[in-house]
Amino acid sequence: MAEKVLMKGNEAIAESAIRAGCRFFFGYPITPQTELAAYMAKRMPKEGGTYLQAESEVAAINMVYGASAAGARVMTSSSSPGVSLKSEGVSYIAGADLPCLIINIERGGPGLGSIQPSQSDYWQATRALGHGDFQMVVYAPSTVQEMSDLAYGAFDIADKYRTPVMILGDGMLGQMMEPVELPEPRTELPEKPWATTGHGNTREKNIANSLYLVAEELERTNFERFERYDEIKANEQMSEQVDCDDADIIIVAFGASSRIARSAVRAAREEGIKAGLFRPITLWPFPVDALKATVGKAKAYLSVEMNMGQMVDDVRLVVEGAAPVEFYGRTGGVIPTPAEVLDKIREINEGLGD
Amino acid sequence: MEEMRIVFAGFGGQGLLFAGKVVAYAGLIDDHEVSWLPSYGPEMRGGTANCSVTLSDEPIGSPLISNPNVLIAMNNPSLIKFEGDVTPGGKIFIDTSLINRTPERDDCEVYALEATNMAEEEGLKGLANIVLVGKMLKETGFCTYETIEAAIRKTVPPRKAALIDKNLQALKLGMEN
Repeated sequence: MAEKVLMKGNEAIAESAIRAGCRFFFGYPITPQTELAAYMAKRMPKEGGTYLQAESEVAAINMVYGASAAGARVMTSSSSPGVSLKSEGVSYIAGADLPCLIINIERGGPGLGSIQPSQSDYWQATRALGHGDFQMVVYAPSTVQEMSDLAYGAFDIADKYRTPVMILGDGMLGQMMEPVELPEPRTELPEKPWATTGHGNTREKNIANSLYLVAEELERTNFERFERYDEIKANEQMSEQVDCDDADIIIVAFGASSRIARSAVRAAREEGIKAGLFRPITLWPFPVDALKATVGKAKAYLSVEMNMGQMVDDVRLVVEGAAPVEFYGRTGGVIPTPAEVLDKIREINEGLGD
Repeated sequence: MEEMRIVFAGFGGQGLLFAGKVVAYAGLIDDHEVSWLPSYGPEMRGGTANCSVTLSDEPIGSPLISNPNVLIAMNNPSLIKFEGDVTPGGKIFIDTSLINRTPERDDCEVYALEATNMAEEEGLKGLANIVLVGKMLKETGFCTYETIEAAIRKTVPPRKAALIDKNLQALKLGMEN
């Protein structure tokens, strides 16, 4: 087993991406993801890769587009307002069916907002990061180890389905240090016969493009893409459950807020309240199958988020009115405390009666 | 071990984040669950800086500590801000070179040390943070001396390796007082 080291979440993502074979990083500085770019600036040249601080977020995401079209493993990272600026480029990348990794270390919003941790980009990440009919795989790690593991695996998923993949973290996860065991560096990467690499007239030309002037042609590409989305939904849902088997109240929480919820669930159990934690690891595809399996057993659900209530919509879509789905959240960069969440659990528990 | 929830708080530049990292590394070496979370933001520029370090044998929930059982305070504002959060029976370590008020809590154990002056007198300027870690180690016994020494060797960056001995001296200074 490799030696564990203490690393910040931001640094663990960067190191694991390099070990996954990522050799191109294009970004623009913003708090609280700064350490990720700084780590890349230091490490990339030593691996023969390219770190480039672009003139803007828009430029950075279009460099990602280009490197991806040429078959490279490539990523960018930013925080909420910067990700918004990248949204046009992400839509182009999705339209051209190209793989890449996008990191969002969220901060409070809307607007320039705060620089403190937040989860208020859930809707943006899972519904519409940019215009048009597209989705992307969105991971929500809750530990530094998971940030490392998911960043490492994200490139494989991106390549396999030819789609952008996002890791949705937040300022708390990005800034905190925990022990992490880093993965072995990749020595072999998948072939990309679609890449625009130049071929000396030895094969048909490859084109990376998202423009289709014939409506039926564009519709066909969308149909094909959504068939891939169906595969992703069938194969890639990930979640974790803690004490859900006999739970009356299931707390649904992801990322940083799932850590707070975990403390609250533990405290509730100590008081004899049957609480459990359901933690989506993929936000898209939402872990519908695993959550659905709890419906009919749990008497109530509570979505805990660092926003005004976004994922709660997805929970309600799964629960379909079979049990009440409540929400508790703090926003703007305020982190909820386990005590606040415990109070909400107690309140719901009292409402359950016998 | 009993879960340790430690808040290190003071001015930016006093090495509180570094001290927290030493303790976190000690937890890693002893194979505990560990989290280290700094405050970040504009308040760090000349204002207060703090970090939360948790050592536990269970997976750590919130890394942001709202009820520490150990507080290390290196200035007045930090003592005022965090004193009330410490759990009853908790331990409060204060640097009385810089703190001129007495903690109001009578249900906690208070350890007062002129850490900054002591460090300067021994030629260890800037290492009051590690003096306080030494004192905290003495009073809590959260790890062995071998572990904390190894943690310091891990935490001091290679380009500053010359400072390892001074850190170890500062540690001993805290442990002997």
